[in-house]
Amino acid sequence: MATLRATSERRRATARVSWFRRLPELAIESLIRLCGWSAILFVFGIFFFVFREGAPLLFGGLDLAEFFGSTNWNPVADTPHYGILGLLAGTTSVTVLSMAIAVPLGLGAAVFVSEFCSSKVKEVLKVAIELLAAIPSIVWGFIAYMMLNPIIIAVTGAPVGLNILNASIILALMSVPVIVSVGEDSLKAVPDSFREAAVALGASRWEIVYRVLFPAAKNGLLAAVLLGVGRAIGETMAVLMATGHANQIPTSPLDRVQTLTATIAQELGETVQGGDHYRVLFVIGILLFVIAFVVNLTADLVVRGIRGKQNG
Amino acid sequence: MLGMKPFARSSCLLLPMALAVAVVTATIAGCFSDSRRDDSTIRITGSDTMVNLAQAWAEAYHEAHPDISSPVRGGGSGVGIAALINGKVDVATASRAMKDKEIALARQNTGKEPKQFIVGRDALAIYVHKDNPLDEITIDALAEIYGEDGTITTWPQLGVDNADCAGGEIIRISRQNNSGTYAYFREIVLGEKREYKQGATAQSGSSELVTLISRTPCAIGYSGMGYYRPGEVKMLRVSRKKGEPAIEPTLETALDNTYPISRPLYIYTLGEPTGAVQEFVEWILGPEGQKIVADVGYVPNPKATETPSAGGDSGDNRSADKGPVAAGADPAANDASPRAAGQP
Repeated sequence: MATLRATSERRRATARVSWFRRLPELAIESLIRLCGWSAILFVFGIFFFVFREGAPLLFGGLDLAEFFGSTNWNPVADTPHYGILGLLAGTTSVTVLSMAIAVPLGLGAAVFVSEFCSSKVKEVLKVAIELLAAIPSIVWGFIAYMMLNPIIIAVTGAPVGLNILNASIILALMSVPVIVSVGEDSLKAVPDSFREAAVALGASRWEIVYRVLFPAAKNGLLAAVLLGVGRAIGETMAVLMATGHANQIPTSPLDRVQTLTATIAQELGETVQGGDHYRVLFVIGILLFVIAFVVNLTADLVVRGIRGKQNG
Repeated sequence: MLGMKPFARSSCLLLPMALAVAVVTATIAGCFSDSRRDDSTIRITGSDTMVNLAQAWAEAYHEAHPDISSPVRGGGSGVGIAALINGKVDVATASRAMKDKEIALARQNTGKEPKQFIVGRDALAIYVHKDNPLDEITIDALAEIYGEDGTITTWPQLGVDNADCAGGEIIRISRQNNSGTYAYFREIVLGEKREYKQGATAQSGSSELVTLISRTPCAIGYSGMGYYRPGEVKMLRVSRKKGEPAIEPTLETALDNTYPISRPLYIYTLGEPTGAVQEFVEWILGPEGQKIVADVGYVPNPKATETPSAGGDSGDNRSADKGPVAAGADPAANDASPRAAGQP
């Protein structure tokens, strides 16, 4: 009896000590959990605040047919017009052309860095690419405005060098580092046994890249491209300076355009809080949210589709 | 011993924590007392056209009154007026008059009537590239270039052979849509009814606009004449109609109102200014402030004050609110109704 009590007391004591020991661990654990949840919390919080500012107009009088179908963006006219078709066309055209430049360039660079170059060259290239990613967007805007502008005028004969082409080149340069680093990581993740097997079958280096590495790293490469797309859609300051910021439906890469993000940047600071102009800019914010969501969802579905096919 | 340890630790923490709390409390208290006491800072925000001017005022005033500092922010007349409506600034600078809607909003938000002071005049120059052979232009032609359904889209239509501009297309440079310059140009050139043609390149500042024109042979644009840079851009002479003499934008032509695109520059305060803000406004309207207006490249104005009209009750307000500042007017330069003169 006595021994039993003694054992149980000793056990309780041990339990108490281990509880003391576990305390910091518990604290760290809950802290990390909090960090994880906070990401979700922040996303919902941001969406909530953007939505709250835009909703009164979105559900109270915004003519959606005009909003999506008209190019007449004139929020300060006596009868204001909120047509964003021109802005949508601007964002789309700049994004598509910049990706047309950045994807081949970025993936090419990723393949070169991961497969073809010597380790010394690789070090130098990686540092250079990381440096490219560290340049602030306003500096890119400045380069577009001061350097690329006259070059484009001289080369293409366009009347203004601030246009889709200029913005696309700048955006491409901004997205390439993202595409390269994510793309290179996903190529590196392909097991060496794949390469060895391909070599054993007599494949050339190009065949290894094209037939073995690309299919094996498909998910990662797609993620790289979509991160680039996200960067291009969301970029604001550089685009504001480089596009020429003129609201029209473009017919050539040398036309000037106005993008959704640049419109918010240029106009939000000057609006009266709670006014219709202020709210319509938040509605554009909601739209950008939806676009980002759709891009991410598509990416997710595509990746899942690929995975499903691989498993099945 | 075991029991001592946590206590020792917490006493280590106690002192810094107490200090931190004290600092935070002091800071918060400081913030509150600052926002209540307007004596040491006068916050100025608004017109991009007037930002150089406001900066010059702030610096000179700080030299004369070292205890007062006046942070100046630009961004556009709309920014200043919006900040005034939201009660975030003491003085809003604006290159256009407040709209009735904005006055009503300010009244609703803050319970105070915005008070208007005309502090100078600005001539809006029409800028082209320095190599553009065009020398003068009519208001009607500008309306056809910038207005909705306008018919002029190329330089040959204006009768000039703009050699550096391949294709001959006129590139319209405009300002962002909440800029006072944008609103004023529309009012003068396009009239009350007509809207801008979509597709003009909107620049966020006067200086950026002039820079872009200096690099674009096909461009035309408008900005305050204070932003003229000799050797980079050219200012056009402007006539009201075809056949009338074209007037060069100068201090004289802006003041005697022969130059067709000149306008008053305003500052606004919430309610009748008091204390430091009142002294500052009086100083601006006095000889020292007006000398700076001239130095920066604008036209010193006859001093006059006016409370902006809102709806039907304007008459009463105006006569009642012609405040003490108006009394300090410089008689030599007095213009009975500069606001009316600026709005044909």
